[in-house]
Amino acid sequence: MDVIELSWWQLALAALMVVALAGCMAAARLGMSRSLLVAAARTVIQLALVGLVLEALFAAERLHWVALMALGMLLIAGREVMARQKRRLLGGWAFGIGTVAMFLSSFTVTVLTLTVIIGPEPWYRPQYAIPLLGMMLGNTMTGVALALDRLTETAWRQRAVIENRLMLGQRWKEAIGDIRREAMRSGLMPMINAMAAAGVVSLPGMMTGQILAGSPPALAVKYQILIMFTITLGTGFGTLAAVAAGSRRLFDGRERLRLDRLAVPK
Amino acid sequence: MSATAPPATDSLRLDRLGIGELESVDLAVEPGEILCLSGASGAGKSRLLRAVADLEPHRGEVWLGELAQSAVPGHRWRRRVMLVPAESHWWADGVGEHLADPGDRDLEALGFDREVLGWQVSRLSSGEKQRLALLRALCREPAALLLDEPTANLDDATARRVEAWLVERVRERGWPVIWVAHDRAQIGRVARRHLRIHGGGLVEEEQAAWT
Repeated sequence: MDVIELSWWQLALAALMVVALAGCMAAARLGMSRSLLVAAARTVIQLALVGLVLEALFAAERLHWVALMALGMLLIAGREVMARQKRRLLGGWAFGIGTVAMFLSSFTVTVLTLTVIIGPEPWYRPQYAIPLLGMMLGNTMTGVALALDRLTETAWRQRAVIENRLMLGQRWKEAIGDIRREAMRSGLMPMINAMAAAGVVSLPGMMTGQILAGSPPALAVKYQILIMFTITLGTGFGTLAAVAAGSRRLFDGRERLRLDRLAVPK
Repeated sequence: MSATAPPATDSLRLDRLGIGELESVDLAVEPGEILCLSGASGAGKSRLLRAVADLEPHRGEVWLGELAQSAVPGHRWRRRVMLVPAESHWWADGVGEHLADPGDRDLEALGFDREVLGWQVSRLSSGEKQRLALLRALCREPAALLLDEPTANLDDATARRVEAWLVERVRERGWPVIWVAHDRAQIGRVARRHLRIHGGGLVEEEQAAWT
C-alpha cells in the first residue's frame, strides 16, 4: 500500500483554515492571531527547507554529508540546552557540557543501533540515520537541559546547606548528592512518563507515521519500542554525563562550592 | 564522642592570610587557647573564618601543627579545622541523621536528652538548632574549631550554659579556637586574647579591662 499523494493545493486548504482561525481570534479581540500566523509560516518554511536538505542528502548518500548534517543538529541542540538554563555555567561550560554529553550518548547509541540492531546498507543510510538521530537528540536535549537547569538552580537555592555540609568535612559528592539525584530525576522523568503512557494515553508519533505510510502495525510497534528504548538510553546516559560533569564544575580543586561560576539570570 | 582520645597538641597558624579587604593576617592560636575576634558587621570576620576553613579562595597559608592547608584535600582539612557558622543548615528530616552518636554528658550540658535524636529538624527553634549545630560539629572530633557567634540566638542563661560547656570541652580536648563574638563580657570570660578587625588588619584589644 502506498501513501496517498498530498498536493500543495490540499495543504493550502488546511492553511486557509488556520488563517480562518486567526481571523476569528482577531475578530473576537483575543490576541494571539499574529503569533499564530508567524508560527504557522515558520512551520511551512522550516519544514520545506529541511525537506530540500533531506532530498539532497538522500540522493547523495555520502557519509561526510550525513556527518555534517549530524554535526549541525548537535550544535543547534547544544545551543538550545544552554538557552534553556536560568543560571548556566559561565565560560562556555554550559554549552560544552551539554554538547559533549549529547554527543557521547546520542551518537554512540544511534551508531550502535544502526550497525548492530537495524543494519541498513550502508550503515549510515540517511533515511534511517537522520530521523533516528533527530529523535535521539531532541529527547536527549530535553533531558540534559532539564537536569542541568535543576542542578544549578537547586545548588543556588541550597548553597547554605551545601556549604554547611562541606564545613562538617563532607566530600563534595556527598554534599551535593541529594541535588544530583533530584537533577537526574527531572532529566529522566519525561522519558519514563512517555514510556508509561505509550499506546494507552498517546500513540507515539513515529508509529503513527509508519502506519499512515502503510507499514503493518506489528512492525511499526516493534520500531516504536526500539526507538523508545534507544531514546531512553540516550537520554539516560546523556543526563548522567551532564549531571556528573556539571556538578563537578560547581566545585573547585579544593572542593569549595563555586557559585561564582554561574551566570546571574537577567 | 570518645573521652579517652589524648588532647590535641597542634596549634593553628595563619600565615599571611588574605581575603577581601583583609591583608596578610599572621596569627597563631595555641592548643587549648580561645582567641576572640570582633569587629563591625561587614568587616570580614566570617569571611576570615571561611578562608581558614578553606571555603573560599584566599591568599596565604594556614597550618595546623605541621600540616599545611594546601597539602590535604579540602574535605580532610575541613574535617579537622571545623567551622560552625552563625546560622546552621540541615539536610535530612531527622535530627539523629546529622549527629554521630553524641555522648549523654554533652546532650545534658546543652539541655537535651537522647530523645532529641528522634526529633524533626523542622520543629526545632533557632536556639535549639544553634546548640545542636555545635554538638553536631564537636561530635565529629575536629582538631581545631572556628566558631561564628556560637551563642547569638540564645537567651542569657542558655548562652552562659553553652559557653561554659564549650570552654570546658576546649580545655579538655586541647583545640585551638577562633571565636567570633560581640559581647564584651563574654569575650572577657572565655578568651585570653581578643583581636578586633579594623581597617584591613587585626588590632589587639586590651583584655584586662574586661575581665
